[in-house]
Amino acid sequence: MKDKLTEELVAMRAAKELVPGDYCNLGIGIPLNCAAYAPEGVMLQSENGVLGYGPTYDRESLDENKEHVDWDVVDAGMRYLVHVPGMCFFDMLTSFAMIRSGRMISILGGLQVCEKGDASIHSMSESDIASKIGGSMDLAWGARRLIVTMTHCSKDGSPKIVRKLTMPVTTRKRVNLIVTDLAVIEVTANGLVLKEVAPGWTPKEIQEQTEATLTVARDVREIEF
Amino acid sequence: MNSKITSAAEALTEVRDGALVAFNFWGPGTPLHLLHTLKEQGVKDLTVCTNNYILRADVLKEQGATDPAILLPQTKKIIVAFSSIEQDDASASAEIARRVQEGTLEIENVSHGLFIERLHAGAMRLGGIYSPIGIGTGLEEGREKRIINGVEYTFQEPITPDLGLVHAAKADKLGNLVYHGTARAANPIIAMASRYTVAEVFEIVEPGELDPDSIVTPGIFVDRVVPIHTDNAYSKERRVERTMNLIKYRLQKMAEAEAAQGGKA
Repeated sequence: MKDKLTEELVAMRAAKELVPGDYCNLGIGIPLNCAAYAPEGVMLQSENGVLGYGPTYDRESLDENKEHVDWDVVDAGMRYLVHVPGMCFFDMLTSFAMIRSGRMISILGGLQVCEKGDASIHSMSESDIASKIGGSMDLAWGARRLIVTMTHCSKDGSPKIVRKLTMPVTTRKRVNLIVTDLAVIEVTANGLVLKEVAPGWTPKEIQEQTEATLTVARDVREIEF
Repeated sequence: MNSKITSAAEALTEVRDGALVAFNFWGPGTPLHLLHTLKEQGVKDLTVCTNNYILRADVLKEQGATDPAILLPQTKKIIVAFSSIEQDDASASAEIARRVQEGTLEIENVSHGLFIERLHAGAMRLGGIYSPIGIGTGLEEGREKRIINGVEYTFQEPITPDLGLVHAAKADKLGNLVYHGTARAANPIIAMASRYTVAEVFEIVEPGELDPDSIVTPGIFVDRVVPIHTDNAYSKERRVERTMNLIKYRLQKMAEAEAAQGGKA
């Protein structure tokens, strides 16, 4: 079996979509890793009410930094944030006005994406009654550009890029780009276009890992980081 | 001058059975002292409206972590955007599943955006709003749909809580509130939406000491102010220790899980 990209490399590739001046919200999972690779000048937003954040304290280092940590400043995933110049705080209404404004790029994790750009992003909780929707529906609907990062196939090997979603729908027709551990795929009005392949993989092999039909771009090339 | 400052117990004596209670549950900015006091008051049949419903293991609770499930026996309905459970305790989750099954508990799933805009609609005393969120998803079921200027919307009822529990950094005796960092979150909107709002605060100052430009929630929206004293389990002074204990516990659990996985492989 050929190597697939690590989560770190998937995040690195997705982060290449960002340019200085972009406003961006990163979902839990692979997207959070994009923060380390985003170019300087990208303004990161977290939906609990912070824009322009930078480094976070990792949990292991919290104890030694406890004099410096601001215990009131976290991102949506409860990571403590370092104060940086230009950072601002606001309430959830302001936060979701930003998220719905079409001014922001959302990079979210995914469970399934279909050829029309529908996505299943949130999961249900263990009891299957209460959902983990959180901000995912708002982030997907309101984004200027929606990038989904995920593994190409689920753990049991079944394709996550499908003709039709079989999991709970988070959003319809909103996904612009899919970055996986095998490929970069653009969602167009004419279906899915395979733009880039992981090193060592052929478009044919990637199609075999994909339920939906891929059109291979004329200039298809290896993913660069 | 009339002071709004009182104890949590006094502030919550008027709460009735069947009340709709809203609070922010998102890390800092969660009104932990008020939640515990509300539990002790023993009111029944509450509808709980919160952004997050994170269930914690008993061992975490012993270390001072709290979760909205402390109100579960007193709750008949939960309106929530994100729910999660710690992996090592399924009891609250099983209790929720059982009660939903037998029909004594209802859960209404929303998104974070819907949660906050419905509260905002409540604050503005609107009859409802048309929101684009949830179209084409499970959330549109049973809702009136409408196309306005080519965009599809569903009708959403406002949320106007009977009781709003909020957490702020500072208050003056008039109930003016300032927040700090991301502890603001849903608190200002809950304060405006609720018919009766109680704010717990780390610090109380004299009128005039808060910069009028920096006041986020004007005192008109705040009925009672409850100081969290330094000896309280949820005081600012004891927070660092409490947080560090929880983080150490989590790191230990993660290390154990990793070791167990390594053993299997």
